[in-house]
Amino acid sequence: MTVRVGESAEAPSFQQAALPLLDDAQLRKNVRHATDVIQRKRGIVVGEVPDWQELRSAASAIKRHTMAHLDSYLTQFEERFTAAGGQVHWASDADEANRIVLDLVKQYYVEKNGGKEVIKIKTMTSDETGLNKALEAGGVVPYETDLAELIIQLGHDKPSHIVVPALHKNRAQIREIFLREMGLKELGNRPEDLAAAARSFLREKFLRVKVGVSGANFLIAETGGVCIVESEGNGRMCLTMPEVLISIAGIEKVIPSFQDLEVFLQLLPRSATGERMNPYNSIWTGTHKGDGPKHFHIVLMDNGRTNILADTEARQTLHCIRCAACLNTCPVYRQTGGHAYGSSYAGPIGAIFTPQVLKMEHAQSLPYASSLCGACYEVCPVKINIPEVLIHLRGRVVREQKSGMDPEALGMKAMAAVFASRTRFEAAQRMARVGQWPVVSKGWVRHLPGMLGQWTAVRDLKAIPEQPFRAWWKERAKKQEAQG
Amino acid sequence: VKEQGQLRVTLFITCYNDTLFPETGQAVVRLLERLGHEVVFPLDQTCCGQMHYNTGYQREAVPLMRRFVQTFKDAETVCIPSSSCMAMIRDHYPKMAEESGDAALIRDVETLLPRLYELSELLVKKLGLEDVGAYYAHRVTYHASCHSLRSLHLNDLPLRLLRKVRGIDLVELPNVDRCCGFGGTFAVKNGDVSAAMLAEKMKDVENTTAEVCTAVDNSCLMHIFGGLHRSRTGVKTVHLAQILASSEAEGEA
Repeated sequence: MTVRVGESAEAPSFQQAALPLLDDAQLRKNVRHATDVIQRKRGIVVGEVPDWQELRSAASAIKRHTMAHLDSYLTQFEERFTAAGGQVHWASDADEANRIVLDLVKQYYVEKNGGKEVIKIKTMTSDETGLNKALEAGGVVPYETDLAELIIQLGHDKPSHIVVPALHKNRAQIREIFLREMGLKELGNRPEDLAAAARSFLREKFLRVKVGVSGANFLIAETGGVCIVESEGNGRMCLTMPEVLISIAGIEKVIPSFQDLEVFLQLLPRSATGERMNPYNSIWTGTHKGDGPKHFHIVLMDNGRTNILADTEARQTLHCIRCAACLNTCPVYRQTGGHAYGSSYAGPIGAIFTPQVLKMEHAQSLPYASSLCGACYEVCPVKINIPEVLIHLRGRVVREQKSGMDPEALGMKAMAAVFASRTRFEAAQRMARVGQWPVVSKGWVRHLPGMLGQWTAVRDLKAIPEQPFRAWWKERAKKQEAQG
Repeated sequence: VKEQGQLRVTLFITCYNDTLFPETGQAVVRLLERLGHEVVFPLDQTCCGQMHYNTGYQREAVPLMRRFVQTFKDAETVCIPSSSCMAMIRDHYPKMAEESGDAALIRDVETLLPRLYELSELLVKKLGLEDVGAYYAHRVTYHASCHSLRSLHLNDLPLRLLRKVRGIDLVELPNVDRCCGFGGTFAVKNGDVSAAMLAEKMKDVENTTAEVCTAVDNSCLMHIFGGLHRSRTGVKTVHLAQILASSEAEGEA
């Protein structure tokens, strides 16, 4: 089994990937602006809901329950989905999912003897599997129809955000991409000009292409229904116009009942885009004569998710409903944008998801891509304790990846030995004070060697003072004793 | 013999305050004694294990937890002038004890936790004080550490104490809930991103035109001051305890 998350296998570490992004003034301005705007909107509409905390708890409880019984809910979903006229396919990894989709597309077009094309509503899961690349390799042309995904596709770029994939681009940059890639002679720079260009580019595809590929926000076990929420209506086009609809979803997307949507459809739009309700909420169940796609397939994909499920501490990672509120609030994401995370899933949730499915590899840098400030946990609509999972995964990196001779590991073990004894601690305090002279100048440390040089690159450090607190305390106690 | 309402406060100074910021510990002692309480300091204390635990060395943190519990389990009230160490103990010790399977340890942690107070919690919640009789004639801005906000939920406790300080010119820090970029080993493991976060924080601090930036955690302040000093801004950082311990009679702590 080969698990893949986008092109993360070849990605550099977070630290390395962050460097050019930190130097990209335009990107940083775009990310700051976009996340500030979404957060402001989110703050307003979350503030309107008096039982927001209860809703979060309810969502968390539903997800916990579902994960504990995932096998039976998936089987129930398969049964109901099939009964409604759809066909379920199971994929153990990204390659298998891609192969299933490609075979279905080919099979349909061989029957129709037509050109091989698909239209896509935004699906992060298909970015995870690298579906577009696989389709192109198989002679099929995919067209992204979500506006942001279209920008990414035309710009030969990668998504940098789960909900707003082109968040790192501003309007002027988007206009340039459209001008160049759509072969336009002229194009205004107002939002409506750009929307009009995208509309005429896409409308023709909606009318012509007969196979649609979608993701899924929720799979409803009780009814076999699939739910997608979106803002543009382009998704609705992909779900209703084609003759064949193929949806791809991670196995964690299942929820027990239709009524559970009551909780999630309040939490998701408010958290994701700062809207009270998504403009388009599509729920479709099976096939219907004379209405919508004639053939409906769903690919239920594992791709490392059962590994996450098996780790009881980190299992909550699978509760994610992909709202990206944690990205928008994250002070680290704010500086780098999403590309530093080298995965389809950026930000705090990406920092816990990717390293688990990828068995660490490059992704072992991701659990450390956080200051553990806790802002992500505070906004998460399903209460995933991301800092707790990050710490847990750091423990796994240390236990599984670091040799006993790693300098950091040796240092940490030595520190632990020092803290284990009062005598050693006090001796270490003395040694540090005496031993610091080579790096101290006029009471300040301005340059440290090795890894600690990262600190003094932009920060001074006050020299260790002559007398630690405990020495002062002992001296005082002696004086007090002498005074009787 | 203790007077009515007088507490015997056991101080957990924390390893980095002990070594790097003795003036903060001295200020806590001065403040609590001025308020009529007795302070004790067990010399066997070292470190709560936060750095090890958060960096992934959870195994190494367990003996440090045991040591902490052993040192403080008989204390009636413990004061911890560091929000992140307090959060380490409150958020992670119960789980760590649980995982050890040691029934006595689990019980000790459970009974000890309610007796532990971060400094502003001790003053406002336990002692019911806001005015501690402090005098500090400077323009001051308050940085809310992440742990104080999102782990301990101190909310405005430190600000309530600061508002009652005589002579103070307290100015609000914009984006007060945003991390300064320290994050323990994060600052060296991701030094460049941390520096970018620090730059934003410094801009906010400087825009207040405060002379002093305060907080309930010297680790954030060490980070913020590291940047402010490197840039020669002339702005300094001072732990809340030192502001509260300052008085007209005794001068600045």
